[in-house]
Amino acid sequence: MSLLEVKALSKHFGGIRAIEEITFNTRSGIILSIIGPNGAGKTTLFNCLTGFLRPTKGSVVFSEKEISYLSADKINLLGISRTFQNIRLFKEMTVIENVMVAQHSKIRSGFLSAVIRSSNFKEEERIAKERSFEYLELLGIEAYAEKISGSLPYGAQRKLEIARALATEATLILLDEPTAGMNPQETDEMMARIKNLRELGKTIILIEHDMKVVMGISDRIIVLDHGVKIAEGVPYDIKNNPMVIEAYLGRETH
Amino acid sequence: MFLQQLINGLTLGSVYALIALGYTMVYGILELINFAHGEIYMLGAYLGIILLGFFTAIGLTSQSLSLSIILTLILTIIFCSSYGFTIEKIAYKPLRRSPRLSPLISAIGVSIFLQNYVMLTQGATDKVFSSIFGNAGFDFLSTRITYLQLAIILVSAVIMLLLHAFILKTKTGKAMRAVAQDKTMASLLGINIDTVISATFIIGSGLAAIAGVMVAMYYGLVNYYIGYTAGIKAFTAAVLGGIGSVPGAMLGGVILGLAESLGASYILREYIEYKDAFAFIILITILLAKPEGLLGKTSEEKI
Amino acid sequence: MPEKTWNHKKYLMPVIIALWFSFLFLPFKGIKAAILLFVILTFAIPLLKYALNLIKKIHLPADTFRGYVPSDKRYFFLLLVPLMTAPFFAEDYIIDVVINSGIYIILALGLNIVVGFAGLLNLGFVAFYAIGAYSYALINTKLGLGFWSAMPVSVLLTMLSGFLLAVPALRLRGDYLALVTLGFGEIVRLVLNNWDSFTKGPNGISGIMPPYIFNISLGKLSYYYYLVLIFVVISVFVIRRVHDSKTGRAWISLREDEIASSAMGINTTLYKLYSFAFGSFWAGLAGCLFAAKMRFISPESFSFMESVLILCMVILGGLGSIAGVVIGAVILVFLPEALRGVETYRMLAMGCGMVLLMVFRPQGLFGGKNVSIGS
Ligand SMILES: Nc1ncnc2c1ncn2[C@@H]1O[C@H](COP(=O)(O)OP(=O)(O)OP(=O)(O)O)[C@@H](O)[C@H]1O
Ligand SMILES: [Mg+2]
Repeated sequence: MSLLEVKALSKHFGGIRAIEEITFNTRSGIILSIIGPNGAGKTTLFNCLTGFLRPTKGSVVFSEKEISYLSADKINLLGISRTFQNIRLFKEMTVIENVMVAQHSKIRSGFLSAVIRSSNFKEEERIAKERSFEYLELLGIEAYAEKISGSLPYGAQRKLEIARALATEATLILLDEPTAGMNPQETDEMMARIKNLRELGKTIILIEHDMKVVMGISDRIIVLDHGVKIAEGVPYDIKNNPMVIEAYLGRETH
Repeated sequence: MFLQQLINGLTLGSVYALIALGYTMVYGILELINFAHGEIYMLGAYLGIILLGFFTAIGLTSQSLSLSIILTLILTIIFCSSYGFTIEKIAYKPLRRSPRLSPLISAIGVSIFLQNYVMLTQGATDKVFSSIFGNAGFDFLSTRITYLQLAIILVSAVIMLLLHAFILKTKTGKAMRAVAQDKTMASLLGINIDTVISATFIIGSGLAAIAGVMVAMYYGLVNYYIGYTAGIKAFTAAVLGGIGSVPGAMLGGVILGLAESLGASYILREYIEYKDAFAFIILITILLAKPEGLLGKTSEEKI
Repeated sequence: MPEKTWNHKKYLMPVIIALWFSFLFLPFKGIKAAILLFVILTFAIPLLKYALNLIKKIHLPADTFRGYVPSDKRYFFLLLVPLMTAPFFAEDYIIDVVINSGIYIILALGLNIVVGFAGLLNLGFVAFYAIGAYSYALINTKLGLGFWSAMPVSVLLTMLSGFLLAVPALRLRGDYLALVTLGFGEIVRLVLNNWDSFTKGPNGISGIMPPYIFNISLGKLSYYYYLVLIFVVISVFVIRRVHDSKTGRAWISLREDEIASSAMGINTTLYKLYSFAFGSFWAGLAGCLFAAKMRFISPESFSFMESVLILCMVILGGLGSIAGVVIGAVILVFLPEALRGVETYRMLAMGCGMVLLMVFRPQGLFGGKNVSIGS
């Protein structure tokens, strides 16, 4: 049974067909990579899957539920979480607070118990903080916990975004270019951490430019070009697919 | 009666349109609600009365009325454009990279400053100007049309056509459109953003100055708080037409002027004490129902 | 010779600037005043530059004064001692001003929830203050209910109005929302001013009763002082605790990045609504305290300028900082009292102050460096 089923999904901006009739499925517990040249529509696809854009046509079924018309927060509560291509942290909050925001829906006690500081409230806050710390440890940035997140080095900010996405306890994690702007060593470390997430039972959809990285880590790969899916398969097939080579090499010779 | 209100509304609408252009141009380029723009119009109205009074005192008006009016207009435009230019340099330019609402707060500060500056230098009471035009005009289908009304409508129409041509044809105009569309791209193409922004403030303030002088002559009376109400109304006109759109501001101004004058005399006669609330109600209604206005376009935020 | 041109520029610039401003000043005060201004500016600008350089050398804390405020809760109780005993040694005039600052503190803390926490610019906050004050005044004078029953009803009514405004308005972007709230504030004031049969229009409502406890009137200044002090302490206490809970975190995440916030499963519209309702709650309370203190209210007290004043308290203190906002409110209530002689220049200075604050210190005294409103 598929975790996510995307059927004939399209998104048009006026005349621009950012994505067109995209169809694919994802099993649970794998790393699926989405690759394609700049402007291929990868981020737009993510935005449609996570409720930040309303698709023009098509359907998205997650855990047997149609989600294409839901708002971003509802989709997140159902179990899809994401990071952003251009990092979007809560810059003025500390690192641990950033992650605690993601625990929002896990905390039940409301307004009044916060004012009277009920034992229930204290307990839940303590647990939320502990869990958040665990997610920081998972990404190896626990040393920054009390720092203002906007002051973190770039690589740590990317990791914090992932920690935050994980802390919503979603089962499906969408990562939009998590290694962008990193040096090879940082990239390797990031890849190891992402693999580790798969071992923890998460399903991951990854947008990535670095072909070597993609080939090394992915269980399956989807290739987009000009908003259209031009290939899908295991890394070996993609590597030898003439259309993919054409899409990439054809572009470079321009 | 209807025709009379039509003419009155058209006169009012031309003035709103002139002021609205300043709002819309600045918003188009900086995405800033230039809260102080209404005060530029108020300064223009004061300058109109001060300068006309000065020319009357030195006897120029009795010798050549048209010369003193033209001189008044030119000097007011020069002064108001300088005010607009200076305000941008002091209060907005340092905030260009700040979060969007910082310049708005700064603009409110400028507006408060200018109101109180005028109140302190010119007094808190109405400044009256004995009209030199009286009620001169002609009757048309039993409707009184004064020459001044005609002049206001014509001058506004000509100026707006000139502005339209300026934006479409000249180099500066094209640069303004480019900056409004994409600042980074425009600066990559070698357009000097600062110059374009200054030009926008200078032109917008000049238009407000013309509106101010004409209103001062029309009503023969100004006070330091007319800028606030007129500013809100003109901004409403800009939003109604679609903020950022120059033809939209003209259209919005005329519609608002007509709506106000016809509405006040037909539909809302019983609630006339709420007259000043109308603009706000219209503004809120448009913002809630159709924030992109009549001629504006919607845009989806890029994530 | 580069050195010479440099000097040249150094001495010419102030003159040019002075000339420019005198030119701008000319038509409003005449030629003599303009020349005077020119002379003053020519000397003042280099002096000002010199002074600015000196100030820079004093080394102000680079981004926040927060470090100067002890965060330990015990200091708070230390502060309570002088506050508790103040009526025994301070003159009535001072007590009166302190009561006013207390009311403004509650108001500004309320606005801080909307602007400082949730990042929504509200330019018509005074409307909620007015609704609270008028609700209390009308319920008290028309229905004869006392403070302790009329106040909760008024506060609830105010919250409801905050809710009703927020429901349609919250879809709007930052600056449009600001304008809608401004319009709402003006409409409320115009209604209060013109609905003579209900609100007595510009004449206002008089004969409002002060609160009573066991038949003791709290109308006496020193008693009222304690009442306001208690409410200020309650407001700081409650708002702090809400700030340090999931609700507060949700608000701040909204202010920092609305899109990321909704990606964390936060219903952003709902939390904006909460912030409006919770903010207007305190405005309503402050309105009741104001009406019960003055025993008379009229629309004049609820102008747009009042909204701007409250906003200035929040910005001066530092968006989102509770301690900062308290201090901002106290400063802006006491400053005009201290400057009684030059009252006419008050608004002029406020306008200037707003621009200077935005340009040189947008985070206020206690705000974080990157705290921002709107996106
Ligand atoms: N909000 C929007 N409005 C209009 N056009 C958009 C919008 N978002 C994306 N587009 C267009 O859709 C197309 C796909 O963009 P998208 O950001 O999805 O590409 P991408 O594959 O993520 O590229 P990159 O590798 O550069 O991140 C582009 O042509 C882009 O200009
Ligand atoms: Mg992308």
